[in-house]
Amino acid sequence: MLAKRIIPCLDVKDGRVVKGVNFIDLTDAGDPVENASFYDREGADELTFLDITASSDKRDIILDVVRRTAEEIFMPLTVGGGIRTIEDIRKLLVAGADKVSINTAAVNDPGFVFKAAQRFGSQCIVVAVDAKRRRPEEWGRHIKESGRRIPDKNSREDLTWEVVTHGGRQVTGIDALQWVTRMEELGAGEIMLTSMDFDGTKEGYDLSLTRAVVDRVTIPVIASGGVGTLDHIFEGLTLAGADAALAASIFHFREHSIRAAKEHLKERGVPVRL
Amino acid sequence: MIAVVDYGMGNLRSVAKALEKVGAEAVVTSDAAVIADSAGVVLPGVGAFADCMKNLDRSRLTRPILDFIATGRPFFGICLGLQLLFAESFEFGRHEGLGIVKGSVVRFSGGPFEGKDRLKIPHMGWNRVTWHTREAPFDAVSDDDYFYFVHSFYVVPENRDAAAGTTDYGGQFVSALRYKNVFATQFHPEKSQEKGLSILKSFAALVDQWDS
Repeated sequence: MLAKRIIPCLDVKDGRVVKGVNFIDLTDAGDPVENASFYDREGADELTFLDITASSDKRDIILDVVRRTAEEIFMPLTVGGGIRTIEDIRKLLVAGADKVSINTAAVNDPGFVFKAAQRFGSQCIVVAVDAKRRRPEEWGRHIKESGRRIPDKNSREDLTWEVVTHGGRQVTGIDALQWVTRMEELGAGEIMLTSMDFDGTKEGYDLSLTRAVVDRVTIPVIASGGVGTLDHIFEGLTLAGADAALAASIFHFREHSIRAAKEHLKERGVPVRL
Repeated sequence: MIAVVDYGMGNLRSVAKALEKVGAEAVVTSDAAVIADSAGVVLPGVGAFADCMKNLDRSRLTRPILDFIATGRPFFGICLGLQLLFAESFEFGRHEGLGIVKGSVVRFSGGPFEGKDRLKIPHMGWNRVTWHTREAPFDAVSDDDYFYFVHSFYVVPENRDAAAGTTDYGGQFVSALRYKNVFATQFHPEKSQEKGLSILKSFAALVDQWDS
């Protein structure tokens, strides 16, 4: 039986690991390769680097990080953040990444996902989707920070989600549920789904969103954004039916170990690799 | 020395690094002469079957690989490198493979992959293998061990004795192959942490017998 996956995510800026709360307030915390080795020893099933380096002249630092990581750890490595071109993808794969995650570039040009999947195979193309709960009449309208609401993650009300980019600062007018179907058709091998309402809140994944996406696509779905407890991971993998659970801060700040997370899941009947 | 065949497909660096990690000498190459001189060959591969086969042909590596296997020296195929060994594949139409092993390559299909609680395609993630052999290079693994898979197609060898291991995903499929001097896995040993590395280490030991 296929095991559910636990994926720690490391935010990397200028070659250093950082972790933002709601993508703001970053605190520097160490060497990506050392962190990767730590997660490897703890039994992580995969590892994700999210490169949040802003300046273009420092974009190649991540390649060196990937290269050094690939020498140390022997599990799947996904790299996302700032990927714009086929050449960006090729460089990352040659450096040792197994998959790349594409976010804004897919929104700007959905055909890019098709081209990337044709060139490198769907298995290495992850489409990262950042979604935000919004009423249809709000779509495409700028999100006011003061107007931000954190609704009930189990909410049964008729919810709609809009695809957003740039950490939620830019709206797209795209329906997230239609978007994931389109991405699958264009060749995405996996969806990494982040709730921008719950990311950084430690209230758990947006279960309604995750369930809706899992029901829509046949490719694997990675739940992301909002994990604060081990039960949140359990909920995401069972109630919402995600194939993998991605979390950053609870592992990064050692609040829980990956092994503890897996034992928690195993005790509750979830198939995991221990 | 082990030659990791470079024909423009896939993450060759991690295969070479994994071999180095277990103490083997590995070289990533697209040079037919290097392949011919190697004591062992690893054929990795990701992507689509037809593209891989086309790239092998275009790189003029099909013949050198067949010649190498004919010498009886140890050969290891990974993922698409397993599927390419077969006579034919049905991925996006019918395609000819290397034809080393009789059988075909088919897509996951049928009941378990339909309906509400359907299994996902690709089969992506960690799954177990029921081993049908304890011989090298599969001598340091058990039925409890997990390996990393990512694929939508699987192999169906005509000769069931070639199945070194099978995996359950909507039914049993052949996830490891052992046929004379040819070994191959559908999963990625180079991505399966220490259990995966143990297979490569055992393979490297087989290669060593030819190196000396």
